[in-house]
Amino acid sequence: MVTLEDLNTPKKNTWCPRCGNFGILMAFKKALMQLNLERDQVVLVSGIGCHGKMVNYVNVNGLHGIHGRVLPLATGIKLVNPSLTVVGFAGDADCYDEGWGHFSHAIRRNIDTTLIVHNNMVLGLTTGQTTATSQRGFKTKSTPFGSILPALNPVAHALVSNGTFVARGYSGDVEHLTSLMVEAIKHRGFALLDVFQPCVTFNYLNTYDWFHQRVYKLEEEEHDYTDRQKALEKSFEWGDRIPIGIFCKKEKPTYRDNLPHVKGMSLTKVPITDVDITPLLESMT
Amino acid sequence: MIVNKISVMIGGEAGAGITRSGFLFAKVCLRGGLHVFGTSDYQSLIRGGHNFYVVRADAEEIYSQTDAIDVLLALNKETFHLHRDELVSGGGILCDGEELGLTDRSLGRDDLKLYSVPLKRFVEELNGALIMRNTVALGAVVALLSYDLEILNGVIRDTFKPKVAILNVKAAKMGYDYAREHYAADFDYRLEGRSSAGKQKIFLTGNEAVGLGAVRAGCRFFAAYPMTPATPLLHFMAPLNREYGMIVVPAESEIAAINMVAGGSFAGVRTMTATSGGGFCLMSEGLGMTGMTETPVVVMLAQRPGPSTGLPTYSGQGDLRFAIHASQGEFPRLIIAPGDVEECFYKTMEAFNLAEKFQIPAILITDKYLVESHGETEPFDQSKIQVDRGLLLIEDEYTGEEEYRRHKITENGVSLRAMPGTKGTIVRTNADEHNESGYTTEDPELTAKMVDKRFRKVDALIKDLENYETVKLYGHEEADVTIVGWGSTKGPIREAMKLLLQEGLKTNYLQIIYLDPFPVANVRKVLNSTKTTVVVENNKTSQLSSLIRQHLLMPVNHKILKYDGRPFNPGKLSQRIKEVL
Ligand SMILES: Cc1ncc(C[n+]2csc(CCOP(=O)(O)OP(=O)(O)O)c2C)c(N)n1
Ligand code: SF4
Ligand SMILES: [Mg+2]
Repeated sequence: MVTLEDLNTPKKNTWCPRCGNFGILMAFKKALMQLNLERDQVVLVSGIGCHGKMVNYVNVNGLHGIHGRVLPLATGIKLVNPSLTVVGFAGDADCYDEGWGHFSHAIRRNIDTTLIVHNNMVLGLTTGQTTATSQRGFKTKSTPFGSILPALNPVAHALVSNGTFVARGYSGDVEHLTSLMVEAIKHRGFALLDVFQPCVTFNYLNTYDWFHQRVYKLEEEEHDYTDRQKALEKSFEWGDRIPIGIFCKKEKPTYRDNLPHVKGMSLTKVPITDVDITPLLESMT
Repeated sequence: MIVNKISVMIGGEAGAGITRSGFLFAKVCLRGGLHVFGTSDYQSLIRGGHNFYVVRADAEEIYSQTDAIDVLLALNKETFHLHRDELVSGGGILCDGEELGLTDRSLGRDDLKLYSVPLKRFVEELNGALIMRNTVALGAVVALLSYDLEILNGVIRDTFKPKVAILNVKAAKMGYDYAREHYAADFDYRLEGRSSAGKQKIFLTGNEAVGLGAVRAGCRFFAAYPMTPATPLLHFMAPLNREYGMIVVPAESEIAAINMVAGGSFAGVRTMTATSGGGFCLMSEGLGMTGMTETPVVVMLAQRPGPSTGLPTYSGQGDLRFAIHASQGEFPRLIIAPGDVEECFYKTMEAFNLAEKFQIPAILITDKYLVESHGETEPFDQSKIQVDRGLLLIEDEYTGEEEYRRHKITENGVSLRAMPGTKGTIVRTNADEHNESGYTTEDPELTAKMVDKRFRKVDALIKDLENYETVKLYGHEEADVTIVGWGSTKGPIREAMKLLLQEGLKTNYLQIIYLDPFPVANVRKVLNSTKTTVVVENNKTSQLSSLIRQHLLMPVNHKILKYDGRPFNPGKLSQRIKEVL
């Protein structure tokens, strides 16, 4: 049984006090405990940004990759060894700007991995610029007169890409977030969990108070997460009320389900010292 | 009468099955016991345009195409007009004169012969697809050369599905009979089947040889995004995945591809990706990550002329410096340049072994001319190179006394690599500078220590490379001229050497196969005792010369450079060598 103690690392935490990342970190550790996963069976892949430090704060296998590439890295790991539990942690700029080109493809492939996006609607580690999810009018160093673009809607995008698990959480509600993480990790297929994560230093707009006043839970309003159409409608709800929870959940064959020749097989276990290519050579005479 | 020495060009529109036909004819020669070489030239379009494939066959060993064409099989009028003047005196053009409106008078040269065969009419009689006219033509060529139709039939049967094969055998016979009846014994060239001594040779492209090397080396995961001329490697690997238990992923971009294979390798299997210069640009950041995280991957960089999109379907060697320096910062890497199909196979296996042994990225640098030309070789010896995975923990459990640390500082810089999932380990790595356990660090002392750790692997690698053929020397020890090259220039250079020898010029040829780490000692040994050096490269700035100067503080005497997208032809090359001396 893995304990909180086991999951802690010796690394000193360098996030700003009260940063929304703490909620995500705590929820993830709790989720691992609830799922009773062994530390050595979990791989944490993180991007570059404040969120990327996750790799330093959870004592499981880890790959802290380059900016924007959490998804292809996680894809490679899981395809090769399906027995691992692979969880990616990306930032909003990391995933929705720099790595956007991978997003719909990862969803389409439906590889049994989880992506948790620390969506603080700002580039944190580069000291506060606008990202894809920053709201119109948001003033930052890169948009001194206010962002002139509408915010990208990752949940809607995931839904129209036929995501098999699409959810949104809020790091100010760790208990709820934990349960979403448990569901996301348990989901057989690709799970997107976008998490509202207040950046107390650079996002003056989307603060804890701002979220507290707006978020409500889909499950409390009897949202039917098997109804993608309804989910899509919900995903556009933004303003005084903003839904969190599971928008859509549906089992579909995973990428590997369509590769019967390696079904359930970890390729790391296959000996490679004597692969015989004689038939191929013979076909070339 | 010229026996068993011929160069045949097949030309026509894109989509007309040119390469396939050339390949079939080459196989026919190969099975007759001749040495063969085949190379293609095509444009970046799918239909129309102009394509050609050149097959050279000879009783002696050959390494490339020649400058001359003996037989032109013209499937359209454009081929006829474009290449007529490349034919040697006494050469012949085979075409469908009635369809293309060509007669003896169209030749415009009285030293050529026109052999018209009603290709289209025969195909119509057979109710076959138009593309079958290629087979009729092949049958006719076989007759013109007084060669054995049965060999062609055998190749057809081995290539096509049974039903299609039957029809093609008929088509070949129609062309054969027609040409025998009308042109028998009229042509000055003959091919004579020779009982092929010993084992059957194989005939394959560089891409296929690299693919075979990867499969044999135990590559389990291949991800790539199509880009000529590396695309055929993806095509080669994809259908093999079931039989060989691999996963082949068509990635959404080269950035995705390199990161996927990095992830797969981190998880513990051998992985590979392949691309050309543009895709390699996109891979650069990921390549650096594999250097920083000490994750072995093999990348084939198949060059084409740049900059930018350049000449998409042609050949060049302009990316050597780029491969050596790609990505920010400094990290050890391996760069190997095979020069023929045999080396494509064995060097790929070496790349996989060395990448894992030293936990570094290995780049196989090739080019269009190498990976898309067909070469002949002995079937690869599978026992020659054993898979060596280096310091990889394959047991399910780590039982070491101290806590497992992925980046433990060691004497030769190589740390025990465990796969995530191994009991008793937490495997953590990091694209940020990190400590031994993979945690991020910004500590100056530790940073320098980790850089040194990674670079100690270079020293160990250089030492290990003493056991490898990092360079090869061909030709006379006491030569008047030493030709120096890397990669695909090998074939034309070796052919040019033959021609120069006929003119009394003794040459030798230093082929540099390992380009990073640069085999300083081995190159110096040769260059110290040469009279004159001529560097031959398919680029503008002679990147190899700059490496020689950099590593040996030694200038080269002459440079022969070609950067028009086409490979060297041996005749022209030998002339240019004579000119610079
Ligand atoms: C290729 C590349 N471009 C830019 C950067 C600089 N950079 C560091 S973190 C970061 C983005 C941070 O934003 P986000 O992903 O939202 O993470 P957060 O810090 O908000 O958690 C950027 C652009 C980088 N490291 N790599
Ligand atoms: S800058 Fe923002 S996101 Fe980064 S640690 Fe501070 S509060 Fe958190
Ligand atoms: Mg952010």
